[in-house]
Amino acid sequence: MSDKPLSVADYPLAERRPDIVETKTGKTLDDISLDAVLTDKVGLEDLRITSRALRQQADIAKAAGRPTLAANFERGAELVDVPQDVIMRTYELLRPGRAGSKDELLAAAKELRDVYGATGVAAFIEEAADVYERRSLYKKRY
Amino acid sequence: MTEESHVRANRWKRFSDWDERPLRLDKFAVEDASSGFAAFNSPDDPKPGFAMGKGVVESMDGVAVRDFDMIDIFISKYHLDPEIAPEAMAMPSMEVARMLVDMNVPRSTLVRLAHGMTPAKLAEVVAHLSSLEIAFAYGKMRARQTPGNQGHVTNAKDDPLQMAADAATAVAFGFDEIETTMRVARNSWSNAVACAVGASVGRWGTLFQCSSEEAEELKIGMAGFTSYAETLSVYGTEKSFIDGDDTPWSKAFLAAAYASRGIKMRCTSGAGSELLMGFHERKSLLYLEARCLCLQRAMGVQGTQNGGVDGAPVTCTVPGGMRELMAENLIAVWLDLECASGNDARATESEIRVGAKILPYLIAGSDLICSGFGSILKYDNSFNPSLLNGEELEDYLVLQRDFEADGGLTPVGEAQIMDLRARAVDAISAVLEELGLAKPTADMKQSVIAASGSDETRTFSGREVGRISETIFARSITVIDVIKALAARGFREEAENLLKLVRLRVSGDYLQTSAVVRDGKIVSAVNDPNDYRGPGTGYRVSEARREELVAIRDVLTRQEVLRGEAQFRPAEVTRIAYRPVGPAAATGNPREVVIGISPAFGVKLFQTLAGHPLSAILRVLIEGITEGGCTARVVRMLHTADTSFLGLSAARLAGSGVGIGIQAKGTAVIHQKDRLPHNNLELFSNSPITKLDHYKRMGLNAAAYARGEMPEPVIVPTRGEAMGSRYHARVSMIYAIETEMTSEGAEPEEIDIKFLGAAA
Repeated sequence: MSDKPLSVADYPLAERRPDIVETKTGKTLDDISLDAVLTDKVGLEDLRITSRALRQQADIAKAAGRPTLAANFERGAELVDVPQDVIMRTYELLRPGRAGSKDELLAAAKELRDVYGATGVAAFIEEAADVYERRSLYKKRY
Repeated sequence: MTEESHVRANRWKRFSDWDERPLRLDKFAVEDASSGFAAFNSPDDPKPGFAMGKGVVESMDGVAVRDFDMIDIFISKYHLDPEIAPEAMAMPSMEVARMLVDMNVPRSTLVRLAHGMTPAKLAEVVAHLSSLEIAFAYGKMRARQTPGNQGHVTNAKDDPLQMAADAATAVAFGFDEIETTMRVARNSWSNAVACAVGASVGRWGTLFQCSSEEAEELKIGMAGFTSYAETLSVYGTEKSFIDGDDTPWSKAFLAAAYASRGIKMRCTSGAGSELLMGFHERKSLLYLEARCLCLQRAMGVQGTQNGGVDGAPVTCTVPGGMRELMAENLIAVWLDLECASGNDARATESEIRVGAKILPYLIAGSDLICSGFGSILKYDNSFNPSLLNGEELEDYLVLQRDFEADGGLTPVGEAQIMDLRARAVDAISAVLEELGLAKPTADMKQSVIAASGSDETRTFSGREVGRISETIFARSITVIDVIKALAARGFREEAENLLKLVRLRVSGDYLQTSAVVRDGKIVSAVNDPNDYRGPGTGYRVSEARREELVAIRDVLTRQEVLRGEAQFRPAEVTRIAYRPVGPAAATGNPREVVIGISPAFGVKLFQTLAGHPLSAILRVLIEGITEGGCTARVVRMLHTADTSFLGLSAARLAGSGVGIGIQAKGTAVIHQKDRLPHNNLELFSNSPITKLDHYKRMGLNAAAYARGEMPEPVIVPTRGEAMGSRYHARVSMIYAIETEMTSEGAEPEEIDIKFLGAAA
């Protein structure tokens, strides 16, 4: 497989390029059958999107002229392996008035970058930290 | 001058009539931009503007970069394309408006320009368009070619059995997405399981959402029950955004989180939300909404639920409110976002305003015409009633047929619906039992299958539903457990269907713009882009789809009408005998009135549209003529079936010169031999409401005319019934039977009438 970005001709991947669609555990779409579920060969973990699939969809979105959608998919790709509680904690911290200071947001960004390699999302949160300071959002709301 | 009342009435009573109409329950607000009540224009709206220096933005829409609020910052950084902005912002707005309705300018050209336009510019352009032009531009600019629809599935008891039955029903009607929410927040898990199971009955591919608190909704999605979300609201002013408890960054983070979980997501925004929240900054509704939409594209969401939504009712109180809702939808699709185009919260009590509101979307098409058509009854809608609801679903199906427009729904027959509802109730019951959550009784199930709404169900108590829901959550039951439970209890097809839906996450194809599932395949703006370039292009209703759309229930066919008529023959032959006795001639008896009956009268047709047997009609006509001191003679006309000519021909045969013409459907006329064909003495044109007594009096009046008198005409009172809509299809079929039996120049036939024992 080459590294050439995917195009709209490859879409939908499940129909046009099933060869490059696989689960985190290396299963193909065909492996995800009812019998496999009933015999516990396939579980919820196998039904999750992968960061690779999100980057493939980002390629397609770019090719279709939707760069902002692609950027969202790329941020999503970085969050695939971030645990649910970290996601929810970070989201909560980004809401107005939750962080008492810029440092709290910067710490959350650092965690995402250092632990999960989510560099794009980390930069995005750092940007928010600056804007929140400018717009005086570090104040208690309740 | 007569001595009448000198007290002058101070009110035209028509106003009192109008007071009673549902319309007057709607309240309207005066246009007042300073209070936020302005649809398109406010003096405080900024002029479009954009300045860059040394590669960085210096100002946007009249605000210098140092004064940017967080919405300005986000839009200028993530929405505005600096490569395109100088070109797009320099174009005259009127020119761009004309491009939007020019079928020769491709959608892609306009989408590119939108990426370089500020909110004020986008608003200024669409404000140049009339409602018709907006609708046309919407049809041209929407992202996915094939239109679709979304429905609400909720009930007032949060009853999982009904939820499943109604979900299966909504799926059968063709909704591409269904959305539930709860009366009691803790019931979210029960609702999610029930809708997921119900939506797997019949076919697979209907995307499903459980609208709840942000964190809870994501958890339900993680457990695999839901496939999309649209609760991420955004607002057009900073203060509203903060009161909504978010920022563009927090919402964009959440959007990325949904993508990371493989769940389709769109944002929600709509005119009126800032007004309702008290932070409108004296800007027009459209300008604020243009900010919301630019923001959504900036966040990288694939689509928007937009068009007033919960703010639609307040938007519709101002002049141009409905046009504004269309205009904001147009900006959404122009920005290349999927658009679930509102037509959601019921913005009016007037059914006329409802019909007018939906029509442009129905004929223009939309990714999801309603962002929540109430598939259930109004009182069962936990989102509040929709513009269109279960009560009106058939009206919508008929509108699709009227305009040959694909509104995303498909008529379904009664038997099929009953089967699906029973199957869904059995399936959810099996899941509840298999997972040890509840044991629905046969009575509960039966009541739900037949119920139109939750008032009619005997089902779980609110406490029991709460317990079921909390148990699902506490035991961390996931979609895998539900799939296994379905399969274990013999619902293998439903288990497969549910698995296929969850499996969409693996490739993520359905995360692209405007994605839905049709016939097991992903259809989105990527592989089904709208390529409208004028007649013959864009979405066209295929022959196969047209057959589905037109197949509403209870459609008359000629065979059925004839079969129905034939049923009355056996009874009629016991009441009357018509014996032809040769050609009819004038007799010269000055007291004779001739009744001219139509060719099929008593031969192929046996009752009037009002349901009177023709024997009874003839009996009372003859009675009336006789009581009026005249004699009656019956003649069958074979050269015409037209009422006027039946009457005139009869009059010319009558010694008195007065005749009655009557068709089998009951339309009757009194005629006089020297009058012009269509200038008769009296006419009963509304046969469906004509009673036997009227025919009796017609006989009496005919006799009076024969005696040379001038009687009081018989008036059949009408209350304004739409006779045409009720009867004209049948009338045309019946009348065709009459005309087929005529032959040019055929002589009238004298008929000897014999009333037999059994009176009708």
